[in-house]
Amino acid sequence: MTASRSGPTGRRVVRGLVWLAVLGPVPWLMWLFVSGGLGANPIESLQHRTGHYAIRLLAASLAITPLRTLTGWGWLVVSRRTLGLAAFGWAIVHLCVYVGLDLFFDFELFLEDVVKRRYITIGMLAIALLAPLAVTSTKGWVKRLGGARWNKLHRLVYVAMLAAITHYLWAVKLDITLPIVYFIAVGLLLGFRLFIYRRRRVEKAVKDRGTIDAS
Amino acid sequence: MLIRRPSDIPSSEITPESQYVNRRAFLGTAGAIALARLAAPSALSAAVGSSQDDKVTPEEDATSYNNFYEFGLGKDDPKRNAGSLVTSPWTVNVDGLVKAPKRWDLNALLAGLAVEDRVYRHRCVEAWSMVIPWRGVRLRDVIARLEPTAGAKYVEFTTLLDPRQMPGQRSNSLVWPYKEGLRMDEAMHPLSLLATGMYGKTLPNQNGAPLRLVVPWKYGFKGIKSIVSIKFSATQPSTSWNDANRSEYGFFANVNPTVDHPRWTQAKERRIGEFLRRNTLMFNGYQNEVASLYAGMDLRKFY
Repeated sequence: MTASRSGPTGRRVVRGLVWLAVLGPVPWLMWLFVSGGLGANPIESLQHRTGHYAIRLLAASLAITPLRTLTGWGWLVVSRRTLGLAAFGWAIVHLCVYVGLDLFFDFELFLEDVVKRRYITIGMLAIALLAPLAVTSTKGWVKRLGGARWNKLHRLVYVAMLAAITHYLWAVKLDITLPIVYFIAVGLLLGFRLFIYRRRRVEKAVKDRGTIDAS
Repeated sequence: MLIRRPSDIPSSEITPESQYVNRRAFLGTAGAIALARLAAPSALSAAVGSSQDDKVTPEEDATSYNNFYEFGLGKDDPKRNAGSLVTSPWTVNVDGLVKAPKRWDLNALLAGLAVEDRVYRHRCVEAWSMVIPWRGVRLRDVIARLEPTAGAKYVEFTTLLDPRQMPGQRSNSLVWPYKEGLRMDEAMHPLSLLATGMYGKTLPNQNGAPLRLVVPWKYGFKGIKSIVSIKFSATQPSTSWNDANRSEYGFFANVNPTVDHPRWTQAKERRIGEFLRRNTLMFNGYQNEVASLYAGMDLRKFY
């Protein structure tokens, strides 16, 4: 799946769309802030919006590999990094809005929240898991770690994703429809990855004329 | 009709009238009525706990940032969707332990009762708050008219059930209709109000038209909206949020900075329109007026 059948224009369009999804919310939020579109409780609105962006972008980054497999567009891998880093960026903004605007740097209250409120605890866990992935997202780090180890490390993204959705699930007051939708979507993406992984192992086993071990 | 603008309503009305009157009477006997009128606001503010900086919340915010799940779960949904509610004619069914069960026309139910303007702090269980100029009648005056029997220990309120008018009722976010209740002594407290208006106007649909409960020392969800039924009972009625999540929303739901919601602190609140959180006051600042209702009760247990 090295060669791509889509031309350079197609690639540019897709990458442009990705960047629009990643950075588009910045002017949008600024406009809402200035025009009063964030409503009576703008801090709460910012918290919710930035959280949604982070979760959706992270889910989008997880969709890239299945998309590459299905379309053969290997070059999409660049967008995977863009989306993943942007998700981490929005998660950090989300955290900053909470600590800086909502709590106004009341670190005592922040620590109390992290220890006592399980949805905050698991939200912090999600960000903590994403941090090493963001750091090692460069080509240099792929080389340094070696492809196999890098891949293994970056499987953590699924744990971070599940932690992030659980954070959302535990934070909502009543209507858990959207968190459940996210869980299903990520479940499908993860299921697809496992399916491909199994199939490759079978193919490899057949090619090697060996047998598939049970593990 | 003379309609007072919000700015005309003195902050002294945050204090219940009884206390306001008493204080004036006391100072009056001291022969300093004129002086008392000048001194009253600050003295009264101290009495209800730092209410001097309780500026009335902009009407636009109070009518566009609402929890009224009958019209949707988003804060901006009620304003958008509540136009479908027909508030006139409106009847309130009264039954249970009452002298004469009856379906009242709303106008008849309220006819002749003293209409009062009250500026109250409003504290949502979600840790935000507002200051709202309500207009309405004392709940105790309505109850007196309904003549509950001696066995009545609780009063239960029910919101309209009509998914055609209330689209949020088409999904089972809560068990419909919405129900709330008060202990009789809470209902008879002079601070308890049945509101028909706010900001000197008729109550907007999204704020619970045409009749809603306002109990300023309790979290906002106790303030049931669009009431169609009042029932008196001997036992504690079930209430919607308590049914939905018993560990997070109690029957009493008194504002209490020392008892946290399991998922967030109740020690502080964000006053809508302000940036920094402010400290939440015991009983939402109405401690002097209502604390005696709960004397001897463990407020950690009866949250």
